[in-house]
Parts: sequence; C-alpha cells; structure tokens
Amino acid sequence: MSLLTNTSSTVRLGGGRRGLRGHVAGLSPVDVSGINRDELERRLIEMGFIEGARIELLHEGPFGRDPIAVRVDDTTVALRRRDANLVIVTVQEG
Amino acid sequence: MTACHAGAPPQTSDAADLSAPAIALVGCPNCGKTALFNALTGSRQKVANYAGVTVERKEGSFRTPAGRPVRVLDLPGTYSLRARSPDEEVTRDVVLGRRGGETAPDILVCVADATNLRLVLRLVLELKSVGTPLVLALNMMDIAKRQGVEINVERLSAELGVPVVPSVAVRRGGTQALLQEIDKLCLGGETLRGSNSWHPLEAGELRALHREAERILKACSFRPADNTLTGRIDRVLLHPVLGTAVLLLILFLMFQAVFAWAEPVMDLIEGSIGDLGALIGGLLPDGLLRSLLVDGIIAGVGSVLVFLPQILILFFFIILLEDFGYMARAAFLMDKIMGGAGLHGRAFIPLLSSFACAIPGVMATRVIDSKRDRLATILVAPLTTCSARIPVYTLIIAAFVPNTTVWGGFGLQGLTMFGLYATGILAALLVAAVLKRLVWREQPEPFLMELPSYKRPSLRNVALGLWQRGTIFLKRAGTIILTLSIVVWFLCTFPAPPADATAPAIDYAFAGMIGHWLEPVLAPIGFNWQIAIALVPGLAAREVMVSALGTIYAVAETGDAAAGALEPLLAAQWSLPTALALLAWYVFAPQCIATLAVVKRETNSWRWPTILFLYMLVLAYTASYAVFHISSALLG
Repeated sequence: MSLLTNTSSTVRLGGGRRGLRGHVAGLSPVDVSGINRDELERRLIEMGFIEGARIELLHEGPFGRDPIAVRVDDTTVALRRRDANLVIVTVQEG
Repeated sequence: MTACHAGAPPQTSDAADLSAPAIALVGCPNCGKTALFNALTGSRQKVANYAGVTVERKEGSFRTPAGRPVRVLDLPGTYSLRARSPDEEVTRDVVLGRRGGETAPDILVCVADATNLRLVLRLVLELKSVGTPLVLALNMMDIAKRQGVEINVERLSAELGVPVVPSVAVRRGGTQALLQEIDKLCLGGETLRGSNSWHPLEAGELRALHREAERILKACSFRPADNTLTGRIDRVLLHPVLGTAVLLLILFLMFQAVFAWAEPVMDLIEGSIGDLGALIGGLLPDGLLRSLLVDGIIAGVGSVLVFLPQILILFFFIILLEDFGYMARAAFLMDKIMGGAGLHGRAFIPLLSSFACAIPGVMATRVIDSKRDRLATILVAPLTTCSARIPVYTLIIAAFVPNTTVWGGFGLQGLTMFGLYATGILAALLVAAVLKRLVWREQPEPFLMELPSYKRPSLRNVALGLWQRGTIFLKRAGTIILTLSIVVWFLCTFPAPPADATAPAIDYAFAGMIGHWLEPVLAPIGFNWQIAIALVPGLAAREVMVSALGTIYAVAETGDAAAGALEPLLAAQWSLPTALALLAWYVFAPQCIATLAVVKRETNSWRWPTILFLYMLVLAYTASYAVFHISSALLG
C-alpha cells in the first residue's frame, strides 16, 4: 500500500504537470477512475506503461490541462488524467 | 508486376487465385501497414466490409518474384490479439482462422515501424503462439537509418525465432526482401503450420512478454536519443495556445477548400447533369419514360453526385493529415471538449466533416475504435449544419430577416445564419451527452492513443485512399439513392393530374396527397400545405425543397432564379413565426435519404438509421412547435 501514498518521490501520473520525469513504479492496485480497472491496466501495459519504463510528461491539453501527452520509453501516448491516475511514477529529481 | 497480371481486374484474378496462398498483414496502428499493402498490391485491391460487421476489409493480390500468385489481406491495426474493438476482433479472428467466411491465412506478416519496435515486438511474441508461419517486416527502414537507429536483423531474427526482413514501402523495390521471404515460405506449396496455443493474455502474462520484448530489443538494436524533429514539431502543434491556433487555421483552410475549391467543379457537375437531362429530354418524346429518366433518376442521383467534389476535397485533407500524423494531435487538442459530451477526441473530425455533408462525416467515423463512441458520433453527425441546408437557410433568411445591422455592425442576416450553425453544434454535443449518459451507461472507454512520429505523406497512398472513398460513396450510396430517387419521383408524378388541372401537377400526385394529409399534423408547428408538400421531395435532399416550393408556388424560373422569385412570394404568404419554425425544423429534420442510406451501410442495420430518423423528427417537431408558439406569442 505504500505505493498509494504520495510520498516525496512517488506521484500519480494523472496529477503530474508538464516536465514531470521519472519511472513507472507500478500500476495502482485499486480502481481509481470508475472504469474497468483490469481492462485499463492491460491497455496501459500494451502501450508500454510497465514497471521501470521511463516517463516524461510532454504536453498538457489546452482545456483544463487534460488530456496529457506522455513519453513512455520510445513511444508518445496521449491519455486522460483520469486514466493516467492508475500509473504511479517515481519522480526523478532535477 | 508481371505483365499478364497488371491489367487484370481484381475480381477475375481473385477468382483464378482462390487456391493461392493467403497472407495477412498484422501490425500496430501507424506502422505503415497500409502503405506496405499498397506497395505490394498496387491498385489490385478490393475494398468491402467483413460479413456482418462494418469493419473495412481490404484484399489484394500480387505475384512473388518466383511468379507465385499470392492473396493478401490488410488487417486492422492492433497492439495485441486481445481484441477490444470491432476492428481488433476482426484481426484476432482472422489471425486465429475462426472468422466465418475467411480462410485462415497461410502466412502472417507482422509489419513493424522500424523506428519504434518496442510495442510491436510484444505483438510478435504473441503472434508466434498462433502457430501460423510468421515474418516480421521492419518497415520504414530508411527513416530508421536516417534517425541513427541500428538494428541487427540477424540477431533479431534469431532471438525472435522468426524471419525478419527490412522493407521500405514507399520506395520502388523496397518490398523485394519480403517477397523473397514469402517465396521461401511458400516453397513446397503448403506452408508448415504449428499448433495454436494462443489464449487471451492476463496482465501478468502481458508484463512477462513485454519484459522479454525489452530484452530482445536491447540485445538487437541501438537507438540514439529521442527523435527530436517530432518533439520540436509537437512543441508548436501541441502547445496550448499555438497548437490550438494552428488547428483552427487548418480547419479554416479545410473549410475554405471544401466550399471555395469545390464550387467550380460542383457547378460543372450540376451543369453537366442539367445538360444530360436536357439532352435526354430532347431525344425522348414527352412522357413517363422521359420524366422518370430526367426528373427522377438524373435529377435525383445528380443531386447527390454534386457533393462528390466536396467529399473528395474533405477526404484529401483527412487522409493527408492522418498520414502526416496530425489527426492524433487534433484529437488530443479537442478531446476535452468532445469528452465533455461523452465522445472520443477522434469524433472531432467526423463532426467537422459533417459541416460539408453528413455522408463523409459518417464515413469518417471509422477512425473511432470504440463501437459505442462510433455509433454516438454517427447519430449526432447529421445535426451539424451541412452545406445542403444553406440554400434553404439563405432563401428563408433573405425573405424574412431584415438586412439590417445590430450591435454595432453585425448583419442580422449573418447573425441568424451563425445562430443556426451554433444551434446545430450545440444540439450535436447535447444529444451525444444524453446518449452517453442515459442510453449507454456502461463504464466510459479509456482514451489511450499513440501519438505517432510525423511522416511525410506519400502522394500515392493519398491518391489510392481518395479513389477508394470516392468509389465507396458512388457505389454503395449510389445504389440506395438511385432506388429512393425513383420512389420520390413516383410519389411526385402519380397519379397524373386531370386534363383540366389548374393547380401544379404535384398537387394531384401522391406527394400532394401526403402533403395535404400531413397538413393537420404540421399545422400546430405553423406549416401550411405548400410546405408540407415540399417536404416530400425534400426528403431526397434538403436543397430540393427550394425547387419544390418553386414548383408549388408555380414560379416560372428554375434553379437560383427560382429562389430570387420565391423570396417576395414567401414573404407575402408566410407569417414570420412560420418561417422561423421552418428554420428550426431544418436545423433538426432528418431530411436526407442519402445520409440515412450511408448510416445503414456503415452500421450494417436498419436499426440505427431508423433511430436517427425518429429522434431527429421528434427534435425537429418539438423545436418548430416551440419556435412557432413562442414567436407567435412575442409578435402577436
């Protein structure tokens, strides 16, 4: 459960701001967005959101900063913050 | 390729080659699969739908260097065989050989974007478990080399345990290695099929496969720091302010093109149809046959044909922007607004296209993966103001809205027009929101979309895509529209007026009867019997209403001149509330058989066009009723 608390070094991707860099620490074990969690988890894995993947939040949408564009290793993926909340990121300082 | 094959129409060659080995192209979205398909088959393609679903089926044929005829199927792009949309279900079922009406492919060709191997290697590992002979084609090798990506092809082949060939779909001869590999696999006629151990993967298995793919990727390839060109372009195109401005500019250009560029061609088509009608009219004696050909078929099909230039220009932009990689960006920028109505960001383009004509709009919904999102978009697309409503709006506004300026310089007529457009957009978003909240109340689909790197579009692919859209529109919509044009002509022609007729002929025909019969139903919304009658031929296409009113009010002029002559007549005969109610009716009314026909084609059932027709009819009646009574009370 330590993954769920926002300590200084881990955040949910859905709450991240432009420029956030880090690595995927894991996918949250609880349902965070009201959608089918298992399905979302599999889709996230298929797009490369897997433990250890390099993450950089590149862009935020023009309205309400949503959705976000995230660099996941060599791929850029657009997703809504609600769905991104499943992804826990270990923040890379500096 | 070979001389004997090149000129043969696909149907005959397919019929001859049914015993030929079949290969299927599989790959992630944006991997250049369709470009490779085009390079392999050229124009020897057949585009249809898979039986029972609205997923596009593209089949073609070619000959290998050894002269072997091969059939090839371009399957919808997917990241895994764990299908989550109708398109991906087709891919899964065809790959597994369990789709009815499709033979299991003899060879699977997995197409990969060589600049971005990470996700596709996992798919390759998954495809291996199917047991069908598999080749990995590393497409876009030229771009990968330019970016400094190094791939050890032999090592990759050894690690994956499948043959790996480089390919460059957009270059002549760029598919040579793939063709030779296919020949090699076909040697001996029958390809060796292993046992199928595929099952839907759970998250844990997906993770394990992903790790294995990562390991292989690391062992076999070197990739320099991120592709900065795409990053640099995105810094502008995805910028909250700049990006939105560029999007608006692109949209403005698109609209300018759809309306301005298309006009001369549309005039030409309209003129030619008129000439053809006159020519045939001159050749045939006055009578039913002439009337059927000229007033029914030529005029009816012509009224739809005239939209072909707009459709082609619109699709030119859509295909170009899609190939360039911009469409995903547009969806990204607009997702918040679309999402507010419960729609996918990708619904933006179909809705936009519907401003030209709902037909390409409905056709463009194919870019939306989720079936429910796609249906919702199809159902609301006809609410956006299509160009066929313009003649009707112009006529009524010119006749009833004074040409004055209000609020310091805004023309009242222009404002009215803008109001009608805005009402259409708002209605589309509201109906979508209602549909998603009340009808489809299941959990919302996640929005997960790869933003591909930008690529220079290939003219050949754009041309092929346009050719396919054009023929689909003409062939599929054409058959239904032709039939319905004849039905509408029949209603407007029979029974013939008596010899001593004083009123226009249409008044005596079924259309007139329907009009008079509808009159009491339409009276509460302020429509007189003339409007009721004009609504019947207006069913064929909205703008036909103008010429129908011309006929009913016995205006001698036709075409544009009829509108000019009609204005004072209507201004004198209709009350303002009636005119406003008719405008409200036109914002919502489903008066376009062609759209309903295309919705039928795209959803593969009569259910959705029926629902579309009924809900729009209810909206139109309610809106007209409200407008008529409110304006009557205010003015009365």
